[in-house]
Amino acid sequence: MIRYALGRLTSLIISLLVASLVIFAVIEVIPGDPAAFMLGVNARPDTIAALRAEMGLDQSIITRYFDWVTGLLQGDFGQSWTYKTPVAELISDRIWVSLPLAIYALILSALIAFPAGIFAASRRGGPGDITIMGATQLGVAIPNFWFAMILVLIFAINLRWFSAGGFPGWGDPLQALKALTLPAIALALPQAAILARVMRSSLLDMLGEDFIRTARAKGLTRRQALWRHAVRNALIPVLTIIGLQFSFLLAGGIIIEQVFFLPGLGRLIFQSISARDLIVVESVVMLLVFTVIVVNFTVDLAYAAVDPRLRAKA
Amino acid sequence: MYQFKRLAASAAIGLWATTALAQDSITVAIQLEPPNLDPTGGAAQAIDSVLYANVFEGLTRFDADGAIIRGLAQSWDISADGTVYTFNLAAGVTFHDGTTMDAEDVKFSLDRARAEDSTNAQKGLFAGITDVTVLEPLVVQVTLDQPNGNFLFNMAWGDAVIVAPESIADIASNPIGTGPFTFTDWVQGDRLELTRNADYWGDAPALESATFRFISDPTAAFAAVMAEDVDAFIGFPAPENLPQFEADPRFQVLVGNTEGETILSTNNKMPPFDNVLVRQAVAHAIDRQAIIDGAMFGLGTPIGTHFAPHNPAYVDLLANSPHDPDRARELLAEAGFADGFTTTLKLPPPSYARRGGEIIAAQLRDVGIETEITNLEWAQWIEEVFKNKDFGLSIVSHTEPMDIGIYANPDYYFQYDNPDFQALMEELNATTDPAGRNDLLAKAQTIISEDYVNGYLFELAVATVAKVGVQGLWVNQPTAAVDLTGVSWAE
Amino acid sequence: MSRNLIIGAGLSVLFICLAALSFIWTPYDIEALDIPNKLQAPGGANLLGTDHFGRDILSMIMMGARTSIAVALVAVGIGMALGIPLGLLAAARHGSLLDELIMRGNDLVFAFPSLVIAILITAVFGASAVNAIIAIGIFNIPVFARLTRGAALPLWERDFILAARVCGKSAARISVEHILPNITNLMIVQGTIQFSLGILAEAALSYIGLGAQPPTASWGRMLADAQTLVSIAPHTALVPGFAILLMVLGLNLLGDGLRDWLDPRIRVARV
Repeated sequence: MIRYALGRLTSLIISLLVASLVIFAVIEVIPGDPAAFMLGVNARPDTIAALRAEMGLDQSIITRYFDWVTGLLQGDFGQSWTYKTPVAELISDRIWVSLPLAIYALILSALIAFPAGIFAASRRGGPGDITIMGATQLGVAIPNFWFAMILVLIFAINLRWFSAGGFPGWGDPLQALKALTLPAIALALPQAAILARVMRSSLLDMLGEDFIRTARAKGLTRRQALWRHAVRNALIPVLTIIGLQFSFLLAGGIIIEQVFFLPGLGRLIFQSISARDLIVVESVVMLLVFTVIVVNFTVDLAYAAVDPRLRAKA
Repeated sequence: MYQFKRLAASAAIGLWATTALAQDSITVAIQLEPPNLDPTGGAAQAIDSVLYANVFEGLTRFDADGAIIRGLAQSWDISADGTVYTFNLAAGVTFHDGTTMDAEDVKFSLDRARAEDSTNAQKGLFAGITDVTVLEPLVVQVTLDQPNGNFLFNMAWGDAVIVAPESIADIASNPIGTGPFTFTDWVQGDRLELTRNADYWGDAPALESATFRFISDPTAAFAAVMAEDVDAFIGFPAPENLPQFEADPRFQVLVGNTEGETILSTNNKMPPFDNVLVRQAVAHAIDRQAIIDGAMFGLGTPIGTHFAPHNPAYVDLLANSPHDPDRARELLAEAGFADGFTTTLKLPPPSYARRGGEIIAAQLRDVGIETEITNLEWAQWIEEVFKNKDFGLSIVSHTEPMDIGIYANPDYYFQYDNPDFQALMEELNATTDPAGRNDLLAKAQTIISEDYVNGYLFELAVATVAKVGVQGLWVNQPTAAVDLTGVSWAE
Repeated sequence: MSRNLIIGAGLSVLFICLAALSFIWTPYDIEALDIPNKLQAPGGANLLGTDHFGRDILSMIMMGARTSIAVALVAVGIGMALGIPLGLLAAARHGSLLDELIMRGNDLVFAFPSLVIAILITAVFGASAVNAIIAIGIFNIPVFARLTRGAALPLWERDFILAARVCGKSAARISVEHILPNITNLMIVQGTIQFSLGILAEAALSYIGLGAQPPTASWGRMLADAQTLVSIAPHTALVPGFAILLMVLGLNLLGDGLRDWLDPRIRVARV
């Protein structure tokens, strides 16, 4: 196990190193001089040069890469060029929108998907199953940003139940949750559809397993067997999908954040790219990649701890 | 039950009290959020929109109609040769941190802006200054290398405000000025709050406090105004929604003018646009009204030259380039492009450019000119179009006031090089009598119109949507500013 | 033939036909603007109404179908063309450093938030249909590589492969002649699913302005243009939205139907 973990750790470090190189290189070649952008069209060349020096852009690529990476290793994300505040501060502000939004959406999607998936599995082939499966097909196919526009049209502009966008901050938690509700629904629906399908099919697989047959042989009805044994065991693949969805929701809310005008991580990246605040872009992207890689690493280790066969296989 | 009634009554009173209180505060929305709060260190107009005249003041300032009036300088003398300005500063002015504003601060601010390592986006405003001397605590003397008819105008810009040396380190996040409002709080990504400055040296503003909100998304803007989340929206982003507000008795819609000449920028050095016949053909291919209707939903005034129509010196030259596709095709044939040609059309982000670009592309296609549209972010536009001049056509609104002088700079991105025009501008700079200046300006407008330097489209308009009862907002935008000094609620 | 297969094939064929028809005929010319005729409601002279430039929305939908299908198809093609060989190679060299490298590379691509990478790619190369294809294509490579490797590995244990090895056939020949034909069904089914995801991705990219540029029509950009018009002319947002929904729905049903028809044991990945 320790050898396996060490091997995985090495590949984790190499992955992070490669990722940092790729991110830095891509951002390095983005056209558009950040200093020229910040100073606008009337700026004089000597002013731009002065600002470039202030931002450290006059140093060599290699120096800047090492400065960036050593900063990251010490937990220093650098200083935003446009906002003139530490990037870490920006991230910690924005993450209080993106993280609650992702969790909210995940809870909503589980609340819809679990009952729907269980119901469909217990009525396999029946009209309820067919209706739910049809609805999930629609849910998977709907573009979430379009769904968001429709939600805004109905609930914000026509009914005026919710505000169409913006985020009032957590000063008043109820208002904050209200502002996140429409975006969370828009994010949750397609995820719920996928989750319900996974729930249903893994339940149906379970129903074919030996221990369920044993349980039924002991006199449990099909539905009792489903509830007492299958649901619990079917949760393993479902939780795996939820884990995947979570990292998707954290970074993938970018378009929804755009539609609802939420000051989250996704929009921070988007704004920083167009403002050429490259130090923010590279640090935030690196942070997201780091999160996914570390989560994968932990999941791999957890699986290996549970199932010794995996260690030999990989 | 009795108790409940009393509770309800007191709640009602409470409610009434808050509404009454709300009448000396205002929530105004603008589209863009300032990236930071240092008006002397960045080009972003949003910084001025929030802080100009509210938090920071300069020696002179723009009034609501664009005239230059007194600011921190209460009076000034100009030497006979026009190179030495002596400013007498207002007495009793303090910065928001309590320190006194005096001639040393003016010297510091001007010297900082023109210094070697200055990062002032409009450093050119200070280019002619050779010396700033403190004569007395409230008297400062500025010496120029040559007479400059625009100097007082330059000092009115948001980039020329007076700052205190002690506050420079934190100015980007904690701006300290001399204005009628002090900066209180900034929730990045959402709003910024200002409070009345009790120690203001001038007339106290009517508002106790003001909140700026930043809503760039047109749909969110529409909903925010409709839901009365904001009291006023300055520069409402979607002209297509204005008729709905006009029809609603809760709102007033104010349409004002800006200094933004929106032009089809043409690369005068890039063939075939180096041929005046081709540029003229482009001018005749353009249907301005279709662009104003299609891209701006009717908002905007057609222009025939690079000059603001509301300026007294404006000359109507629309007759030089009426929409006439047949004439355009003839001119193209005459220039040797009977079969048309293909060029690039590079568009920055604003919707006037993106929507206008699609319309112009269709109009040019109609006379045989094919365009390849590329949508660029501002950073790319500045690099590709403005700096490297790698473009055939572009659409951009030149929002600086009185900027016809850019045509005298052959290195400016549209690369118009006409010695006659350059000589005319030099003459203009040396001319101080208003009638003579107007004559020269009229000549200048005519030259660039008849040379078809760029396609002149329309003067950008600015729409403000406000609740009925809000009064004193600027209708026009002579500079990027939301001056709250004179804003109040009707009784 | 299941109901899924029929409905799915029907919808997919409908959109493909609309796209194909647009090469020779559309009700109106979408490059000619007719601004006085803008924002007409559906019905009347324009079956699905007109947009903010007075263009016929049905014609735009037909031209947009072409863009969507072309972008998604080429992106899936790139994913298959690079992903399948990588997967076959990894399976053939199972347990080697090469295998490890390919799989770790896959994980690395998956670790990047796809939309952010798409935005970065277009920031570097500019927004265009080609760059949208590249951005979507890159994320299809690991999907196919992983799937191929997973399906190929158990085959390598099978008797007929062992027989081929004994005959002295090279690993490359075995991969092409014996492994590949056995995973074709799986690839067709997954390809259909990726195609539908590609349509969604193209719509999302052009919605935020990173896809095909005007005057090329694109469903995502039609939605972006309609955003501020939704309260005065809802059809401008509803029509392109339903087009995306129906096309994606059709492809998903087609994928499910094909799976049931070709081989019910196939498990597809939906991420």
